Amino acid sequence: MTDIAASSAAKAGNLTADSTLRRNWAKLKRNKAAMVGGVLIIIYLLSALLAPVMFSGNPAAPNLMNSLEPPSFKDPLGTDELGRSILGRIIYGSRVSLIIAVGVVFVGLICGIPLGLVSGYYGGKVDFIIQRATDAMLAFPGFLLALALVAVLGVGIKNTVISIGISMIPLYIRLVRGCVLSIREEVYVEAARAVGTRDVQILLRHILPNVMVPITVQTSLSMGTAILFAAGLGFLGIGVQPPTPEWGAMLGSARSYLFHAPHVATFPGIAIFLAVLSFNLLGDGLRDALDPRFKI
Amino acid sequence: MLNYLIKRLLSTIPVLIGISLLLFFMLRLLPGDPAQVLAGQMATPQEIENIRQQLGLDRPIYEQYANYLSRLVRFDLGRSARTQNPVTEEIWARLPNTLLLSVVAITLACLFGIPAGIISAVRPYSWIDYLVTTSALFGMSMPVFWLGLMLVVIFSIILKWLPAGGTGNWQHVILPSITLAAFVVAFIARMTRSTMLETLSQDYTTTARSKGLQERVVVIKHALKNAMIPIITVVGLQFGLLLGGAVLTETVFAWPGLGRLIVDSILARDYPVIQGTILIFGLLYIMVNLVVDLIYALVDPRIRYD
Repeated sequence: MTDIAASSAAKAGNLTADSTLRRNWAKLKRNKAAMVGGVLIIIYLLSALLAPVMFSGNPAAPNLMNSLEPPSFKDPLGTDELGRSILGRIIYGSRVSLIIAVGVVFVGLICGIPLGLVSGYYGGKVDFIIQRATDAMLAFPGFLLALALVAVLGVGIKNTVISIGISMIPLYIRLVRGCVLSIREEVYVEAARAVGTRDVQILLRHILPNVMVPITVQTSLSMGTAILFAAGLGFLGIGVQPPTPEWGAMLGSARSYLFHAPHVATFPGIAIFLAVLSFNLLGDGLRDALDPRFKI
Repeated sequence: MLNYLIKRLLSTIPVLIGISLLLFFMLRLLPGDPAQVLAGQMATPQEIENIRQQLGLDRPIYEQYANYLSRLVRFDLGRSARTQNPVTEEIWARLPNTLLLSVVAITLACLFGIPAGIISAVRPYSWIDYLVTTSALFGMSMPVFWLGLMLVVIFSIILKWLPAGGTGNWQHVILPSITLAAFVVAFIARMTRSTMLETLSQDYTTTARSKGLQERVVVIKHALKNAMIPIITVVGLQFGLLLGGAVLTETVFAWPGLGRLIVDSILARDYPVIQGTILIFGLLYIMVNLVVDLIYALVDPRIRYD
């Protein structure tokens, strides 16, 4: 009897989740800007995944006889100061920036969500300590915090991910804590507490699922920010190091050839711009579709 | 007001302690001897020993931190490992340049962003609204350093109207400040639009219209006045973003400010200067937030701090 009740409750739950998902997807589909963002992200993902298929050469191999060539049939976006195809380096660069963006968001989520949950749910001294640490981190603008951490950790992909990821943690802590503060007062949380459910279970099964909407929106926006920050560090020469094809580093080295070959600086910038734009468009669309405050 | 100011200043103390802890442990996290790190790679054993004694590295960690705090309070930030000049001297020499760039940029951003947001909100879903919102989204997604490079290509290389970098006269300020302003104008326009849309739909706006007031008066005196708090908040927050953007903009335009100083110091592993510059950036950000809080009371008489 209990099994039948449990299974019908689960089915009802699945149906509700299905219909909510379908309704949100329909809303998202109506948002043309979000769809453009989604398509751009798919192109970006495909170029990252299929880089060796799309460009057969070695994007890091120099060919000095061919340096600073303007766009042509052979090299549609021209070549850089070492004669390497800019198109090839942009395609391979999408891999690097995607790895960094995913890594950064992972660091932000894995540290920010638990700390935000604990801070909001327990309150008191724990909340005070976590919030003061968050305040200190937020006292620095995100990019400067990442810059300071790079100064300590050093350059390279791994350290770029860690530095930018840490600079994102306070954002997630604040976001999750803010949501938890209102959710913990809900009747279903009180009911769970009344029947003796453990705190960990309440946090994971009752509170976390209700925080997922703002987290999803923030994640999409954070991906764009992560690409922008990583490109900024690469541009300054303290991010991903050459000869790894990275969009920001490509722009950094192109700066010296601006007078003779402006195309070298033009195309990597467009790549960064489109990648960031796509995540911002999708993030905005997701916010409109999922955030209850925007529901009509 | 004075009570509030004192309370607000006191509330920055935990943040300042947090920043000092962050900077203190920054050096301790580095592999190797902090005295060697601070002295730089070219330092003699005597210089390293002097720094070790000055920092009291053989003493317990809490004593080292107290020593660090006491030097910080006296604005003794040590000496640059590269130039051997006091860090404060290096910072003061460049701070005015960064402040000039930031103030011009934030002024430009407000001059363009706020009117754009207002026009966009007054004519929602019109072509001008789409133009403003699309431009704002583009502005938010554009890498500031790329925009700077493109402005150099257009205005310095092709048109030869403006210098490509450096300092000198007012012409040198134009391209870097436009680059930096573009970075924040988008956020200001978006926030102004959404807040104005909200205030324009409030009852008091309808009442003002029904009294027969001119639309210009309704928008500026009734809607905009009530929308100012969130707009000021976002301008304050964007100032922080601007400081981050200054690091990149100063690099593009070879502008001798704090941003350029911190990048050069990171590349040269000059840790005393890195610590000092980060501290100044943090203090600037805290001060801007404090000023924003105080401006609230000036624009909104409902806010009382007593």
